[in-house]
Amino acid sequence: MTNETDQFLSSIDDTKKRAGVAISDEVMLETHDVNVYYGDHHALHDTSLKFHTDEITALIGPSGCGKSTFLRSLNLMNREIKGCRVTGEIIYRDHNINTNTENLFELRRSIGMVFQQPNPFHKSIRENITFAPKRHGLKDKKKLDQLVEESLRGAALWDEVKDKLDQSAFALSGGQQQRLCIARTLAMHPDVILFDEPCSALDPISTLAIEDLMNSLAKGRSIIIVTHNMEQASRVSNRTAFFYMGEMVEYGETDQIFQRPKDKRLNDYLTGMFS
Amino acid sequence: MAKQMPKRSLEKVGLGVTGACVALVTLVVVALIVMVAQRGLSTFIKDGVDVLGFFTGSEWNLAVENPETGLPYTGALPLIVTSFAVTILSTVIAVPIAIGAAIYVVEISPVFGQKYFQPLIELLVGIPSVVFGLIGFHVIVGAVRMIFNVDLGLGILPGSIVLALMILPTVTTLSIDALRAVPDSYRQGSLALGYTRWQTIWHVVLKSATPSLMTAVILGMTRAFGETLAVRMVIGGVEAMPTGLIDSASTITTTLTTSMAVYATGSVQNDTLWTLGLLLMGMSLIFILIIHLIGAKGAKARG
Amino acid sequence: MASITAEAQEARIKRSMRNDKIATGVLAAIVGVVMLIVVAMVVYILAQGAGQLIQPGFLTEASRSNGTEGGIAFQLFDSFYLLVLTLIISLPISLGGAVFLVEYAPEGPITKIASTAIETLSSLPSIVVGMFGFLMFSVNFGWGYSLISGAIALTMFNIPILTRVIQQALEDVPSSQRDACLAMGLTRWETTIHVLIPAAMPAIVTGVVLSAGRVFGEAAALLFTSGMSSPARLNFFTLNFASPTCAWNIFRPGESLAVHIYKIYGEGSPEAQHIVWGTAAVLMICVLLFNVLSRIAGKALARRMTAE
Repeated sequence: MTNETDQFLSSIDDTKKRAGVAISDEVMLETHDVNVYYGDHHALHDTSLKFHTDEITALIGPSGCGKSTFLRSLNLMNREIKGCRVTGEIIYRDHNINTNTENLFELRRSIGMVFQQPNPFHKSIRENITFAPKRHGLKDKKKLDQLVEESLRGAALWDEVKDKLDQSAFALSGGQQQRLCIARTLAMHPDVILFDEPCSALDPISTLAIEDLMNSLAKGRSIIIVTHNMEQASRVSNRTAFFYMGEMVEYGETDQIFQRPKDKRLNDYLTGMFS
Repeated sequence: MAKQMPKRSLEKVGLGVTGACVALVTLVVVALIVMVAQRGLSTFIKDGVDVLGFFTGSEWNLAVENPETGLPYTGALPLIVTSFAVTILSTVIAVPIAIGAAIYVVEISPVFGQKYFQPLIELLVGIPSVVFGLIGFHVIVGAVRMIFNVDLGLGILPGSIVLALMILPTVTTLSIDALRAVPDSYRQGSLALGYTRWQTIWHVVLKSATPSLMTAVILGMTRAFGETLAVRMVIGGVEAMPTGLIDSASTITTTLTTSMAVYATGSVQNDTLWTLGLLLMGMSLIFILIIHLIGAKGAKARG
Repeated sequence: MASITAEAQEARIKRSMRNDKIATGVLAAIVGVVMLIVVAMVVYILAQGAGQLIQPGFLTEASRSNGTEGGIAFQLFDSFYLLVLTLIISLPISLGGAVFLVEYAPEGPITKIASTAIETLSSLPSIVVGMFGFLMFSVNFGWGYSLISGAIALTMFNIPILTRVIQQALEDVPSSQRDACLAMGLTRWETTIHVLIPAAMPAIVTGVVLSAGRVFGEAAALLFTSGMSSPARLNFFTLNFASPTCAWNIFRPGESLAVHIYKIYGEGSPEAQHIVWGTAAVLMICVLLFNVLSRIAGKALARRMTAE
C-alpha cells in the first residue's frame, strides 16, 4: 500500500464523516455520576456522558466550568493532584476504571492525552516518540523505527521532519511541536485521545492543521476535546457537551447544541459569544 | 516485548528508595538531638552540677576543682553573654548594610545587581571560616590595636566585625529575595501617587517585605551564634565575664573548640561541654521556631 | 495665603527629591564598599600567600615539623579526598530526599517531620555536628579520627544545602513535562530519572559545585572527626587499604587545608606564618575555582541541552 492510496481512502472517509452529527452507536468510554473535589471544593457535579468510537466529542463552557477537570478524570490524571478526589464510575472496556486496583499505567497507554501547551521533552524528535514505548518494554530497534514513522505520519508531521529526526524537538515551531506531542501519544496506540485545549497556544494556521488531523485520528478511536473556541467545536466535533459552574448542562449532537440549544444557560453562552 | 518490572512495583521502588533517604536523614537528626540532649543533661542529672549555677555562675574553669563541691567551676554565664554579645553586635553591624545593599540591587540597579553584585556576594559565602579568621586577626585586630591603642586588640568587637562580614551574604541574599517578592503593582501604585522612589521604598516596599526581612535577619543570627573558628581566631579565648568590647573573651563555640579534645568522654568536664553543645542546639531550634512563627503570622496576614 | 502653601508645597517636594538623591547615594556607597571589601579580601589573601605559593615544593611536598615546614601536598590531597567521599555519600541521599519531597511526599505529618528535620540540620552549628560525629563515629563506632568520620560529618552539613538546591531545581522544571510523562503511563520514578533530572541538571550541577566549595573550606566539623593531622607519609600505590599510610584508606586520620590553617595558626609559631598564608591562598584559589566552575558547567550544560 502506498501513501497515495492511504490519503485517497482517508479523503473518502472525511467526506463521509461529517462533523456536527452522530455517526456511531458504539460506546468507547462512559461515565456515571462523576464528581470531582479539590479538598473541600466540589468542582464537578454528577456528570454522566458517553463517548463513541469514530467520533469527536467537544467539551465546551466558560473558564472554570469544570470541563478540563472532567477531562483529567478520564485518564485518572487528577490522581496526580494532591487533595483531588474523583467519585463515580468511569467505564472503559466494560469495567469501572475509577478504582484503586486499576492499573493506571496501563490505562494511560490506552487513553492518551495532549496538553494545552506543546510540551515535548528535551530530547530529539525520534526520542520524543520512542521514549515511552521503550519504557513500556519495546526494545527492537526496527520496530521502534517503524513506530516513529507511523506515528509521525499519523500526526501529519513525517514529511516535515523525516530528515531531521535526531535534532532537538525544541527546534520545531509551536504547531509542529504540538503535532509531535500528538505523534508521541499515537505511538502508544491509544483507543481514546484527550485534547485539553490543544490549539489555544497556536497560531490560526497551525490550529487548522491540527483540526484537519483530528478527523483522521478519530478513525477507530474516540476523541475528546476541551475547547474555548466555539467555532472549533462546531467545525470538528460530532457531539458536544456544555459545562457550566461545575455541572454538565446539556449534551447532544453538535449541530443541535449550536443551532437549537434547549437550556437557557447554553443559549446565553452561545449568543454571548457570537454577538 | 522485553521483560520489565511492572510499573506498579517500579513506583513502589521509587517511593521506597527516596523515602528511605528522607527517613535516614530524619533518623540522623533525631539521633543527634537525642544524643546531644542526653549527654548535655547528664551534667545535671548524673554529675550533680547545679542547673541554676550553670546558667548564672560567672566562673568557668574546667581545669580547677571547686573545693566546696568537688566539681570544676562551671558557671557558663560569661560564655553565654559573650555569645549573645557577638551575635547581636554583628547583626547590628551587618543588617543595615545588607538591607541597604539589597535595596540598591533590587530597586535601583537590578541589572548591575544581578550581573556583578550577586556573584561577588556568593563568593563571600564560599570564603572559608578560617580565612575570615585569618584576615580578622591580621587586619581587623591590627586596626583595633592601632585605633584604641591597646596591646592585644582581641575581643568582642573584632569578633563581631568578622561575624558581620560572614553573615552579610546570608542576610543580603535573603533580603534581595524578600524585596524581589514584593509585587511591582505596589511600587507603581505608590509612584503614581507622586511619591519619590525613596518614599516608595521606605513606606511601601520595606513595609510589605518586613516579615521576610525579619526571617533573613534571624537566619543571619543563627549563623553568627553557631560560628566557631573565625571567632575563635580573633576573640582571645579568655573564659571570663567580658568587661569591654576589646577585652579577650570566649563564646560557647570557642570554648568547645579549645576544650573538647582535652577531656575524656564521660568526665564531668566533658559532660559540661556537651551541655554547651545542647545550649547551641537549643538556640538554633529556637531560631527556627521564631522563623516559623514569623512565617505563620505572615501567612495569616495575607489571608 | 495661597502663595505660602504653594511655597511650602514646593519646599516639601524639593526636600523629598533631595532625600531621594541622598538615599540613592548612600545605598550606592554601601554597595560599593561591600564589593570593595570582598575584592580586597580575596586580593589580600592571594597577595599574602603568593610568595609561599611559588616556593618550589609547596604543593608537592609533605609537611614537616608538625606543619611548620615543608609543603601541603597531603593536606591538599586530603581536602579533595574528603570532598569526594562527602559527595559520594551526600549526593545520592540528597537527590533521593529531594525527589521524595518534590514528587512523592504524601501530605501529612511524615513530610512535615522530614522537612523540619532537614531544616534543623541546616541551622545546626557545624561544631555541634562535629561533636556528634566525634561521639557517634569516632567513639561509638570505634573509627577514631578518620576520614570517613569527617566525611560523614561533612555530609550532615552538606545534605540540607544539596537537598534544597536539588528540590528547587526539580520544582523549576515546568510541570507540563511531568504531566506529559505521567499521561503516557510512566511512573513518577521514570519521569524523575529520565525527564526531570536531565532537565534540572544545569541547576543541580551549579548547586553541587557551589556546595563543594563550602564543604572544601569547612573546618569546625572536622576538628574532632577526621582529626588535625595528616600522616607524615602517604603511599598512593599500595593496595593494602587497611594500612595507615595508604592514601585511600578511609579509616586513617586526615587533615584538610582549612584545619591545617587553624592548627598552625593556633600553635602560634611566628616562623610558620608564611605556610598559613600560602595554605590560605591555595584554599582561596580552590574556592574561586569551584565558584567559576559551577557557573561555567551550569551554563555549558544548559546550552548543550537547548541546542542538542
